[in-house]
Amino acid sequence: MANDYLLPMTHILEIRQLSKTYASGLQALKPVDLDIRRGEIFALLGPNGAGKTTLISLVCGLLRPSGGSVRVDGHDIQRDYRTARSLIGLVPQELATEMFETPMAAAAFSRGLFGRPPDPALVERVLRGLTLWDKRKDRIQTLSGGMKRRVMIAKALAHEPRLLFLDEPTAGVDVELRRDMWALVRGLRDDGVTIILTTHYIEEAEEMADRIGVIHKGELILVEEKSRLMAQLGSKTLTLQLQDPLAALPAELSPWLLKLKDDGHVLEYRFDIHAQENGIPALLRRLHELGIGFRDLNTEQSSLEDIFVSLTGKHSQVAA
Amino acid sequence: MNAAGAVPAFNARAVWAIYRFELARFLRTVGQSLLTPVITTSLYFVVFGAAIGSRMGEIDGVSYGAFIVPGLIMLSVLTESINNAAFGIYFPRWTGTSYELLSAPISPFEIVCGYVGAAATKSIILGLVILATAGLFVPLQIQHPLWMFGFLVLTALSFCLFGFIIGIWAQSWEQLQVIPMLVITPLTFLGGAFYSINMLPGVWKTVALFNPIVYLVSGFRWAFYGNADVAVGISLAATFGFFAVCLGVVWWIFRTGYRLKQ
Ligand SMILES: Nc1ncnc2c1ncn2[C@@H]1O[C@H](COP(=O)(O)OP(=O)(O)OP(=O)(O)O)[C@@H](O)[C@H]1O
Ligand SMILES: [Mg+2]
Repeated sequence: MANDYLLPMTHILEIRQLSKTYASGLQALKPVDLDIRRGEIFALLGPNGAGKTTLISLVCGLLRPSGGSVRVDGHDIQRDYRTARSLIGLVPQELATEMFETPMAAAAFSRGLFGRPPDPALVERVLRGLTLWDKRKDRIQTLSGGMKRRVMIAKALAHEPRLLFLDEPTAGVDVELRRDMWALVRGLRDDGVTIILTTHYIEEAEEMADRIGVIHKGELILVEEKSRLMAQLGSKTLTLQLQDPLAALPAELSPWLLKLKDDGHVLEYRFDIHAQENGIPALLRRLHELGIGFRDLNTEQSSLEDIFVSLTGKHSQVAA
Repeated sequence: MNAAGAVPAFNARAVWAIYRFELARFLRTVGQSLLTPVITTSLYFVVFGAAIGSRMGEIDGVSYGAFIVPGLIMLSVLTESINNAAFGIYFPRWTGTSYELLSAPISPFEIVCGYVGAAATKSIILGLVILATAGLFVPLQIQHPLWMFGFLVLTALSFCLFGFIIGIWAQSWEQLQVIPMLVITPLTFLGGAFYSINMLPGVWKTVALFNPIVYLVSGFRWAFYGNADVAVGISLAATFGFFAVCLGVVWWIFRTGYRLKQ
């Protein structure tokens, strides 16, 4: 036990070979190693069913791991679960609140559950910070969905956690509340709280995170500084609706990495927004020379899905 | 900084938080929680105590109206203990708020203390309220008040544990209700609440002795009137036995994470 305190304390969370196979036989998480630095905001990205919630639930004690270990601030989540858990706050993905209680009672209850002495001033600060103070005596049942989510955040913050998990905190939340949430997260980070959040919105990760992890089919396929990742991932797609369908891509267009879609009616070109030359003027000139007309064109920022596709593509190449 | 490292071995604050939270729910609806059993008990007295009881004569030297008091209290305490405790833990499972119980620094033992303690408190209050109501209808005598209270507490705790198990086992509201309806109510009616099992014909008397509720009612009645269907020591042993079995099952549930953690 004494050794626990001699570990290098730069990491607040150390995950080693953590894996989960559900009773159904589905391996939702393949053995994962991950270190979270003290004080950082870490965004976990991944498509639906990737294993984000599974990973969080394992760390927070909601699921039994099939293998591996987790330490929170040096405390093993199984042997030393009381200390480990008292450091963690969790806002789960699903809305679940004590419907018949008030936000104030719910927050005070959560604080008690985590073994902290009553502190009405702190609960007030938390509720005010989430603009719930005016609603503190209303039944949670009568609050809007966004407010209920804030109640859940208040409950998670009521025991002053050092490591906060936010599982899709901004899903189904309006733009204004999303901004508030981001401000809140930054404020917490300034207070020294480490934050791990999951999201489907790349803008959110871009806005908030110091580092980003991408999880795909239960595998943590990438952990990277946000700044570096954004540089790699910044691409856009140009879509051309062709006048006449093409049977195949002419060889003259091979310098561009094009995709023919919709039975030859649509031409797609993916380009790097950071590149000096994105190749579009030349492509349009070449199409003109070839007599390929188009009715419409538009460009789109790569969606998160595209990014996953490109990442998982790369990942399988590396694995091969 | 958080008090990491100074986390106590028993999270009394968590137990207290659960206990208070559960009792607050009870107190918010205290009228309806207590009114129903009070009305029901009164009706029992009108029907069994006055209408039928007047023709029944005394049992073991006690008027019929007074004879059924301990059984009636037990009936309500059993049912309400199971219902309250089952609901108490099923509700957070159903709404999904049980995630917080699992993620908090609390041991299963503390969770049980909080939920079962709160449910048992409600049952004991209920039992005492029914006792007071009964006092309005029949002259009461309690020969062994401490034993009476002891049996009440032990029964409330045992059946709250039992209810807690049902609340964890149940996967739907129907299942939550099926055990009290299907098992406990008949067992209670056949458990000597309204008669002495000595009044049963030979074979049935033997059958009745396999009904655990006979021992509870009998022991409880002994505390009131000093006579019982079975020796009070056996009643006490049977009650403790049931308590121990429930405790064992709860322990097993948490050890295996049964239906709480996947
Ligand atoms: N209780 C369960 N039993 C069996 N399989 C489960 C269970 N919970 C999740 N899974 C499966 O595990 C995989 C990972 O699910 P998980 O909830 O961790 O995904 P996620 O990354 O959080 O997805 P989302 O973005 O949709 O929230 C999915 O295939 C899911 O169907
Ligand atoms: Mg999820």
